Amino acid sequence: MPSIDVATRKGLFRIEKADEGWTVVTPPAFLGEPVSAILTDPRDGTRYAALRLGHFGCRLHRSGDGGASWQEVPAPAYPKSDAEDAPALDMIWELVPGGADQPGLIWAGTLPGGLFVSRDRGDSWDLVTSLWEKPERARWFGGGYDHPGIHSILVDPRDSRRLALGISCGGVWLSEDGGESWTQGGQGLRADFLPPDQATDPVSQDPHRLSACAARPERIWCQHHNGIFVSSDGGATFVEIAGVKPAHFGFAVAAHPIDPDTAWFVPGVKDECRVPVDGQLVVTRTRDGGAGFDALSGGLPGTPCYDLIYRHALAVDASGDVLAMGSTTGNLWVSESAGTEWELVSAHLPPVHAVAFV
Amino acid sequence: MPRIRFTSNLARHLAAPELTAEGGTVREALDDALADEALLRSYVLDEQGRLRRHVTIFLDGAMITDRRGLSDAVTRDTEIYVLQALSGG
Repeated sequence: MPSIDVATRKGLFRIEKADEGWTVVTPPAFLGEPVSAILTDPRDGTRYAALRLGHFGCRLHRSGDGGASWQEVPAPAYPKSDAEDAPALDMIWELVPGGADQPGLIWAGTLPGGLFVSRDRGDSWDLVTSLWEKPERARWFGGGYDHPGIHSILVDPRDSRRLALGISCGGVWLSEDGGESWTQGGQGLRADFLPPDQATDPVSQDPHRLSACAARPERIWCQHHNGIFVSSDGGATFVEIAGVKPAHFGFAVAAHPIDPDTAWFVPGVKDECRVPVDGQLVVTRTRDGGAGFDALSGGLPGTPCYDLIYRHALAVDASGDVLAMGSTTGNLWVSESAGTEWELVSAHLPPVHAVAFV
Repeated sequence: MPRIRFTSNLARHLAAPELTAEGGTVREALDDALADEALLRSYVLDEQGRLRRHVTIFLDGAMITDRRGLSDAVTRDTEIYVLQALSGG
């Protein structure tokens, strides 16, 4: 039965497709707790849920029985330091499985900017110091949070040693050796929020989200603070796609898993006004590599609508036909027509942080 | 020995029974009591050993004065109460 995990500000929900359509399964897990990241590991079915408790820090839970029961495991922790501003885990923003040849290996992207790896299904974590110690990190800065954060981790399905990271704000970083060493990617990204002579500095970019085509992973789509960009070389360089209507600002992007020329975005007016253009929520879709975009609103609310879609709250399934989208207003939609028409599954969820097909 | 009690709000996350500890300061008492309770410790202190921002500590009914260093003195009769600050949302 198709199902989708929905991580929200107040719990982890699941929706399932039954005879009567998509429905919210109850009860949710972690009701009342902010769920910042989720993962169902396709290699062994293990589920992971990261919580960001308001009082008691970041927690990581694991389930080996599909979510019937959960066990708390250690969350990633920054190395002990005597520095006055020594880093501490603020949020787990992304949990990603390693390659098919790396059973039990999990990557975690975090605030304040550390990449962590576990090689034992989350029983223990190591900070990836090769990235943490890059001198360029001193020039990273917060984008939406007090500190920089790693929100996008792409593992090349053809070669699990090839990694690409999206960092707000630290640009795009690439590894060819499983994280042993890193180079700055993201050449061609451009940021109007920087001084003009630094607008193309790759270190200071704010890629809101990266999404790669699974069948052609050299094709990476980027929803950047400054617009929509696309890479055809695995994130080393990007080309800006200008003129996308109704707007090029947004957070979420989903790359088609098979067709490298198809991707979906959810635009907002602009960075200082993060709501749908003219109060009309639309999904924009390109099917030709960015030459043209369709603005899709079938089944989405009429005006006025002020839903915002966070960067992890738009997802596409392995077929490329089914999409899920959740909003800060607690609306959840599913499309079974590649985004052309949407069905409202619930209008009463807590604010949605992330959606993921299981 | 100082006794350490935890807010009942922790019970929804993990077992947090009353503990006893050796030590002459809040820091020493917490370090002693939580030495073998890594998970519980991580709910109260971050990985740098700092008291979490929205957690506070009372000693016999009075809030500690040194949140940063946890140097407030405790005696064998002190009750150390770890509780959460209130927040909205």
